[in-house]
Amino acid sequence: MSVSAHEAAKPRKGFHLDLKTAGPLLALILLIILGYSLNPAFLNEGNVTNILTRSAFIGIIAVGATFVITAGGIDLSVGSMAAFIAGMMIIIMNGAVDAFGASIWTVVLGIGCSLILGIGAGFINGFLTTKGKIEAFIVTLGTMGIYRSLVTYFADGGTLSLNNGAREIYRPVYYESFLRIPYPVWTFIIVAIIGWILMNRTAFGRYCMAIGSNEHVARYSAIKVDRIRTVTYILQGLCVSLATIIYVPRLGSASSATGVLWELEAIAAVIIGGTMLKGGYGRIGGTVIGALILTAIGNILNLTDIISNYLNGAVQGVIIVAAVYLQRGSFRTGRRAKKPE
Amino acid sequence: MSIKVLTLALAATTALAAPALAQDQIRIGVSIPAATHGWAGGLNWHAQEAERRIEEANPNIDITLVTADSPADQASDIEDLISVQQIQALVVLPFESDPLVEPVRQAKESGAFITVVDRGLPDESIQDVYVAGNNTELGSVSAEYFLTRLGDGDNIVILRGIPTVIDTERFDAFMEGIEGSGINVLDNQFANWNRDDGFEVMQDFLSRFPDIDGVWAQDDDIAMGVVEAVRQAGREDEMFIVGGAGMKDVIKGIMDGDELIPVNVLYPPAMIATAMDVTVAHFNSNGPVTGTYILGAPLITQENAEQYYFPDSPF
Repeated sequence: MSVSAHEAAKPRKGFHLDLKTAGPLLALILLIILGYSLNPAFLNEGNVTNILTRSAFIGIIAVGATFVITAGGIDLSVGSMAAFIAGMMIIIMNGAVDAFGASIWTVVLGIGCSLILGIGAGFINGFLTTKGKIEAFIVTLGTMGIYRSLVTYFADGGTLSLNNGAREIYRPVYYESFLRIPYPVWTFIIVAIIGWILMNRTAFGRYCMAIGSNEHVARYSAIKVDRIRTVTYILQGLCVSLATIIYVPRLGSASSATGVLWELEAIAAVIIGGTMLKGGYGRIGGTVIGALILTAIGNILNLTDIISNYLNGAVQGVIIVAAVYLQRGSFRTGRRAKKPE
Repeated sequence: MSIKVLTLALAATTALAAPALAQDQIRIGVSIPAATHGWAGGLNWHAQEAERRIEEANPNIDITLVTADSPADQASDIEDLISVQQIQALVVLPFESDPLVEPVRQAKESGAFITVVDRGLPDESIQDVYVAGNNTELGSVSAEYFLTRLGDGDNIVILRGIPTVIDTERFDAFMEGIEGSGINVLDNQFANWNRDDGFEVMQDFLSRFPDIDGVWAQDDDIAMGVVEAVRQAGREDEMFIVGGAGMKDVIKGIMDGDELIPVNVLYPPAMIATAMDVTVAHFNSNGPVTGTYILGAPLITQENAEQYYFPDSPF
């Protein structure tokens, strides 16, 4: 009885679901139209490249966050972790330049260390959450403070700057392009595609959703909950590390102000994209669009001066809430609820 | 009987010991914001340097340095300095002026000598000494330089800090300085005294405005981000950038004759050391020290840059 009722409702639900997928995209298109009408420079090739490149940091981190959140966790440490990894990369590369001189291997060494640190930091978060049985919120709030203080300490409260020789070698990673698309954007595209496959076409993705929707049922279904959860945090750490690798050549520096509030932006991108904050349902494609929306808002605000500077935060807030409203399709549900059964 | 004697003896010793201790050691508490951005990093470094130097030179001075992450945190720090350290003097650079009036007033009522740095308290009767940089002058000195380089019909953009009194004073003084010159301010946006924000805001200015002759960033962290954005766009020859504060990388560039950032305006984090010295002088010198000390905001050019260069400072 209930099965047939469910099946009967399916076609209508399918259409509804379609709109749900399209919601974030619709919000992004509206935002693009708004940006273009406020200032035609918005769609210049240079500006579009800027938006895409900028969204790469938050976007890559948000792809990792999609897995963590889908599996019912949360990671607040990503911004501090990025600052910490950036700081360590700079210290290590500067040390290598002093010892061996600047070469391509200096940069390779820095990238290698970044990957190790990212995976390690992710593992620590995952291990403490699963084996330590501490809430993810508390674990990652703790590591957030630890990484932020460590980078401040290593920088002596100031700024760590990459040695100029190494910088010249590393600089193209951010500033150069392949097929007119900058390398950071390529990295973002590749991370997103791999993320999409992992989430939608592998057992791992299904396990994440199962754990997020009901941990106990997942456990009884012989899913290794702790292991899967830990892997989501390791993926998150890996994503932070990749984002840092393309971030460092941008300004060649790291300080305590690096990556402040990236965790909130990444989580916001994930939620705008249609992933549930309570877990159980993840959308990589939506996350990518969410990251683009967030970056585009900031860009549009800089391209216009009709709104007082003091209200930038308010405009951001309104657009974020409106984007999620579109995506949840609440207006549709409301209309349907009025129909008699 | 014996208890009475004991109590009397105890009372006598405490009464004797307390002032004796106080006379031996002058305890000075220094409360500043934690190193959350470049300038504050320099502030912390100079405070530590001054603590070491002063304690070495004056055996009777004992300095306790505490750093706070928020105004509330700083209020607790000051309470601790009063009750635990029993300080005779407080040097405070308030996170924000208004929320710290009461904690500092308590310190004053406990008998401590009060030195306020940089951000003045609204109730001036609390402070014995006030040491500050000059935000207004930073704005007007920058404006004067822009007047020497640009004239009628030239275009500039402004990157501001965080919406606070400091930022407003700088901005208003600058706007007043260029008024009537015909210099056209295309737009101003907040870049939060942060390199990344400086980079992004400048990228957007560059795609929006085809003709920019000058950039006033009023802070060196922002200016460093602006430089990268301008280089990326390949428009270095078109404009110049003026930051502010005296970051060592910028000063070094000016010494080497960098044309993109030709000058800087000083707003020294080392002012905390000045404040600590003045406070120590209150105890060790026979000269009067109470009053207001406003440090200059001189223009740093290639000729005088060397005297403002601290290669060891993190800022």
